[in-house]
Amino acid sequence: MGMILEKLPGLTKGLPGGELLLTTSDYFIDLGRRQSMWPMTFGLACCAIEMMASYASRLDFDRMGVIPRASPRQADVMIVAGTVCKKMAEPILEIYHQMPEPRFVISMGSCANCGGPYYDSYSVVKGVDRIVPVDVYIAGCPPRPEALQYAVVKLQEKIAKMSLKKGLATSQQEKGSRDINA
Amino acid sequence: MSNALMQTHDASTMAGLKTDQLFINLGPQHPSTHGVLRIGLTIEGEVIVKAVPDIGYLHRGTEKLSEVRNYHHCVVLTDRWDYVSAMPNNLVFCLAAEKLAGVKTTPRADALRVIMCEMNRIASHLLFFGTYGIDLGAYTPFLYAFREREMVLDLFEMLCGARLTYNYIRLGGVMVDASPEWLKRTSEFLEYFKPRLDEYDTLLTYNPIFMARTKGIGIVSAAEAKDWALSGPNLRGSGVNYDVRKFAPYSGYENYDFEVPLGKDGSCWDRYFCRVSEMRQSVRIVSQAIAKLPEGPFQASGFAKVPKPIAGESYANVEASRGDLGIYLASDGGISPYRMHVHAPSFINLAMLQDKLVGMKVSDVIALLGSIDIVLGEVDR
Repeated sequence: MGMILEKLPGLTKGLPGGELLLTTSDYFIDLGRRQSMWPMTFGLACCAIEMMASYASRLDFDRMGVIPRASPRQADVMIVAGTVCKKMAEPILEIYHQMPEPRFVISMGSCANCGGPYYDSYSVVKGVDRIVPVDVYIAGCPPRPEALQYAVVKLQEKIAKMSLKKGLATSQQEKGSRDINA
Repeated sequence: MSNALMQTHDASTMAGLKTDQLFINLGPQHPSTHGVLRIGLTIEGEVIVKAVPDIGYLHRGTEKLSEVRNYHHCVVLTDRWDYVSAMPNNLVFCLAAEKLAGVKTTPRADALRVIMCEMNRIASHLLFFGTYGIDLGAYTPFLYAFREREMVLDLFEMLCGARLTYNYIRLGGVMVDASPEWLKRTSEFLEYFKPRLDEYDTLLTYNPIFMARTKGIGIVSAAEAKDWALSGPNLRGSGVNYDVRKFAPYSGYENYDFEVPLGKDGSCWDRYFCRVSEMRQSVRIVSQAIAKLPEGPFQASGFAKVPKPIAGESYANVEASRGDLGIYLASDGGISPYRMHVHAPSFINLAMLQDKLVGMKVSDVIALLGSIDIVLGEVDR
């Protein structure tokens, strides 16, 4: 409750029409976070085409408040759509750290989950969770655009449980990213 | 801004100024590189003096992996080279393996393969049409293109259950037979699609802004195109009449009546227009193939569950959506290929960037890069 009650006189004056909204700060902040998740356009391989399809006319990601951003500085969520190769691992880590906190990662498709059809390849990182913490995994090769939208819904549910007092949503996120060579 | 300041930026005074060279890193995370291509650009003012493409961010080792998979499993790997049009990839591997094993496909399987490859060419060129619009600042064509692309993908899904990576064309034939219902729906789609192509012309092709951004930009002469061994719409955009479907027909392409669209001066607009015209030709081919689809089995007998072709080598090439896609297969009589090599059109088309970008303006980089229509999955494999 803390935040709004402490500033009540100042807040009510500034509100249009003088109307008052009483809520917990956790609910209010989580509401803002989950209703406008801006992913970074970050297509790696085949799954990127399905990611494009989910932004396009039939499925229209915009209605869920998901608007692609080209820069990691403006993004909340990174959709890792495709095979993570060893050469690409370093840029992914760099981009992950360029994103402002709190940041979320959706691992899209079998390749990003665990290597997928390239489980025995010499040049493929077997799962993006070896380098960055992942919030939602989507199965499929490639997953349908509907599956990506369902993953966003799941992530929204996860964000709704976040609390300023408790810190980030999961203990996994607090671990942060790992060294590529680890 | 004051008058005095504006005069200092006048072109006549700028001409004598020497500016420092600046290094710009384009990619690997850039929305207009169509994947994970990185280009190191050195610019002087607004003119590029050096361009170094850096590939390998999507190298998945497919050629090596095929040495530990059997022939049926290899078809799955082929889907993921050119993931925008996976059917021709399936086809070229199957053609090479069938040559190696000496198996002949049935007429119905050939016709189904042609239908699927041409439908996939439509889907692939629609994606190019949409994303090229985005690259040059027009978002609307993307929404129109995906409206039709989803219809093609629905048809694919109805037949083989997948939207992108089909594994539909199998060794010796195809996965399942097309039902009359599917053929009817495909014909309906073609009827719906024909007027849409005219709509695209009014949207983007003859749009004055689009033409100003692409006409006369990135000109590749016919001689240059041959020197760089370009293929597909990039070669035909320069006016060179070469199409594998006409010059070395496979899967019964010689039975269909279609034209090979050619460009005039090899600019970005010509390459774009070649692709849009190819969609019309694909519609013609699919209509003919549906009209005279032969009866019979869709799968030839002769392929074991784990095929073991005799030792030898074979080469097959097809006209994929991006150009002349070839596969070299060598067998030592085992259950997996001894060596597989892919002649990937995107990789070869990409090579012209390092020469062609020099001397261009920074704003034209994306126009040229978009017009050669690369897929990084095929470049790096």
